[in-house]
Amino acid sequence: MTMFASVDALLLARAQFAFTVSFHFLFPAFSIGLASYLMVLEGLWLKTGKGVYANLFRYWLKIFAVVFAMGVVSGIVMSYQFGTNWSVFSDKAGPVIGPLMAYEVLTAFFLEAGFLGVMLFGINKVGRKLHFTATCAVAIGTFISAFWILSVNSWMQTPTGYEIGANGQFLPGPSWAAIIFNPSFPYRLVHTVLAAYLTTAFAVGGVGAWHLLKDRANPGARTMFSMAMWMAAIVAPIQIFAGDMHGLNTLEHQPVKVMAMEGHYDSHPDGAPLILFGIPNSKEKRIDHAISIPKASSLILKHELNAPLRGLDSVPDADEPPVGIVFWAFRVMVGLGFAMLGLGAWSLLARMRGRLHDWTWLHRSALLMGPSGFVAVLAGWIVTEVGRQPFTVYGLLRTSHSASPLDAPAVASSLLAFVIVYFSVFGMGIWYLLHLMQKPPQAHESALDGAPIRTAGITPAPAIEGGE
Amino acid sequence: MTMLDLTVVWAAIIGFAIIAYVVMDGFDLGIGILFPLFKVGKDRDTAMNSIAPVWDGNETWLVLGGGGLLAAFPLAYAIILPALYAPLIAMLLGLVLRGVAFEFRWRDPAHRALWDIAFTGGSAVATFAQGIALGALLQGISVSGRAYSGGWWEWLSPFSLLTGFGLVIGYALLGACWLNWKTEGGLQRQVVTYAGRLGIALLIVIVAVSLATLTLENSYQSRWLSFPGVLATAQVPLATLIVTALFYRSLSRRKDAQPFFWALSLFGLCIVGLGISIWPDVIPARVTIWEAAAPYRSQLFMLVGGGVLVPVILAYTAWAYWVFRGKVSGEGYH
Ligand code: HDD
Ligand code: HEM
Ligand code: HEM
Repeated sequence: MTMFASVDALLLARAQFAFTVSFHFLFPAFSIGLASYLMVLEGLWLKTGKGVYANLFRYWLKIFAVVFAMGVVSGIVMSYQFGTNWSVFSDKAGPVIGPLMAYEVLTAFFLEAGFLGVMLFGINKVGRKLHFTATCAVAIGTFISAFWILSVNSWMQTPTGYEIGANGQFLPGPSWAAIIFNPSFPYRLVHTVLAAYLTTAFAVGGVGAWHLLKDRANPGARTMFSMAMWMAAIVAPIQIFAGDMHGLNTLEHQPVKVMAMEGHYDSHPDGAPLILFGIPNSKEKRIDHAISIPKASSLILKHELNAPLRGLDSVPDADEPPVGIVFWAFRVMVGLGFAMLGLGAWSLLARMRGRLHDWTWLHRSALLMGPSGFVAVLAGWIVTEVGRQPFTVYGLLRTSHSASPLDAPAVASSLLAFVIVYFSVFGMGIWYLLHLMQKPPQAHESALDGAPIRTAGITPAPAIEGGE
Repeated sequence: MTMLDLTVVWAAIIGFAIIAYVVMDGFDLGIGILFPLFKVGKDRDTAMNSIAPVWDGNETWLVLGGGGLLAAFPLAYAIILPALYAPLIAMLLGLVLRGVAFEFRWRDPAHRALWDIAFTGGSAVATFAQGIALGALLQGISVSGRAYSGGWWEWLSPFSLLTGFGLVIGYALLGACWLNWKTEGGLQRQVVTYAGRLGIALLIVIVAVSLATLTLENSYQSRWLSFPGVLATAQVPLATLIVTALFYRSLSRRKDAQPFFWALSLFGLCIVGLGISIWPDVIPARVTIWEAAAPYRSQLFMLVGGGVLVPVILAYTAWAYWVFRGKVSGEGYH
């Protein structure tokens, strides 16, 4: 009976973590990109004095405020969940990852939070230059935040620089650099930050496209669509390249994860096929109805047609991740990556022909691709996190040995509470976002309406002379 | 050994983060608790606006407290958080509800009443849960080996409910004093009345909690009452009385900022009292700070950063408060 209870509690804890962190990441993925976008818009406005940038700044600032608030509250939940649900993991890995997360608080969270108030409400109080400084501080803060948390996560994927203490704890070795810059970190950082930029580019592009479809002359919509499509065209190919490099790094350090991504149940001593599609069948340990290109997987991963690749048959069952989830999530991400590449290229073509703001099918497709970044980002994380199972610290600490000694009913109740509160609160929040996005950018875009600026009673006019 | 015991330094830093948290987030949670008492419309908007630019920074101290505990005292983090599972989850959910309310109530006039309820409910639940967590920690946590060994209701007791209730009163007092400082007119008159009543209520709770604490663990009694230590510890209740008197004097003289700082001083004294009760344990009577401490390398690495960054953080936080200084009102800053 205790046996069952503990298995249940573990499963519930995993479900709870996956649920809350997935929600959390949706918001930073947007706010990292949006903060930089706002920085660019305000910078352009300061430099050129063009009203369209000021208006776009204020348009997206309102959206940013809502996204950021949801990111903060869902993040606070995360920082406590390591202890509430993964206490054994916290005890063991705390000496190594704890300081990195403390640095995240000290270098990033305070910076963001400290300057956020001025960024949102202070434009009439501090002058343009100082306000721009605040915007930059927030944008830089979001990046620093990604830096530390991804270092933590990467250390869990590819642990280096540690020693094992007498009480079974992971202790820091002599060099912190060896811990922070662990082998998968540079790849994960680049790939994830680019992902945040792409997510934002497609969200902004989708909104721009929507308003272009309704009114092709709206200057705000024209500018944002053009800016977003530049981002898409430039960043999508870089991201695919970065993802490829990331995969090669994973092959080196977490080969089993790559076996699951590729669907390689069997070892291939003389060239492994690239399985494009198929249905993983974990019972029979094969991919049903596979459509594959012979030897292409060896070509991509080893740059040689006949290179041998090991499969899951070379790994004990107890050390395998669930193949189906990883396999599918990987295809969703990569598929979207190529779709983004395609849209970016199409926009370049339209731009060359001088028809960027006229091709309605381009706009329709951009609208459809608006949410694609969010889907790709979540799919990517599912590949990463499910693919490293059954370990929390890869190869060293099992997920089943990481959880808190909690009773299943306790975790079940909290999970239920999270599901209810998150769906209702963030559901409403996302609805507000859509509502804000559905309004066209105005020539005299208001500041945060109703919010403190106005009640503070200072006319917005002197700070931002709107107009086109 | 090393010249400086970093474990003690880190205990002081975590203590500081907790104080900073109570000082800063206490009043904005308190405003949430008092919110339904304010008139719908201008008064509520003003109350909300007095904290909108700073609440996120305030709450970040809570993240530092939690993150710092994981980094500096991982064993304590690993035992305390599962032990306080239910109150902590409730706190987190409360913080979610109130945190989004800051933005959402402006986005959606049709549902503003709903988000106002979320703001108050979330603030009250988060505060009550923090108070319960404190009480549960003081009354003792079951530990075996390196893990929590109690059930998932262990935190619940009359004592923890009392501390939960006490904290609600305390934060409400801070909220009332903050608004006394930042507002004027009818709203200010209203909160002055509340502050006066809440001050008395808080004093009663402090006495009740203090007496109850003495009955919890023998070690608490001997720390407070044995001779000659009692000569020192007796200063705490004495100072509490003096500060209370000063609080009421400043309130009756219609001072703006002073009552807030005296109310904070009351909290400061409570934290000093807490320190006397548990030092040098992190988990009272079970785990000392040295047993829970992270290794020297972890402590040192963080101290380098913390030593430089905490002053910088305090500086720009002070600047952010300075930008939004003065009275908030319907018509503007004065
Ligand atoms: C807009 C988002 C986005 C897009 C278009 C792509 N990715 Fe990605 N990918 C991510 C967003 C992402 C991510 C969310 O940022 C992940 C999760 C964790 C991480 O390191 O990055 C990720 C993980 C991830 C991993 C797992 C690494 C590991 O954990 O070991 C691989 C191998 C790739 N990606 C490869 C690719 C390839 C070959 C792509 C080409 C189309 C691609 N990704 C497009
Ligand atoms: C933000 C985007 C992230 C997403 C979408 C994500 C997703 C997931 C998922 C789906 C699981 C469950 C895996 C399973 O049980 O099969 C999981 C587990 C976990 N992740 Fe992540 N993760 C993210 C980021 C992170 C980061 C940044 C960290 C570390 C700082 C982290 C640490 C963990 C831990 C400790 C677990 C629990 C143990 C486990 O089940 O592996 N995750 N995550
Ligand atoms: C399990 C892992 C994670 C934990 C424990 C965590 C923790 C937190 C916390 C506590 C906050 C609130 C900070 C505040 O009070 O202002 C936050 C916000 C934030 N987090 Fe996370 N986080 C995690 C995953 C991630 C990942 C993977 C990223 C980015 C790659 C990220 C980026 C951010 C950013 C940029 C913010 C600022 C708010 C926002 O942009 O929406 N976090 N996180």
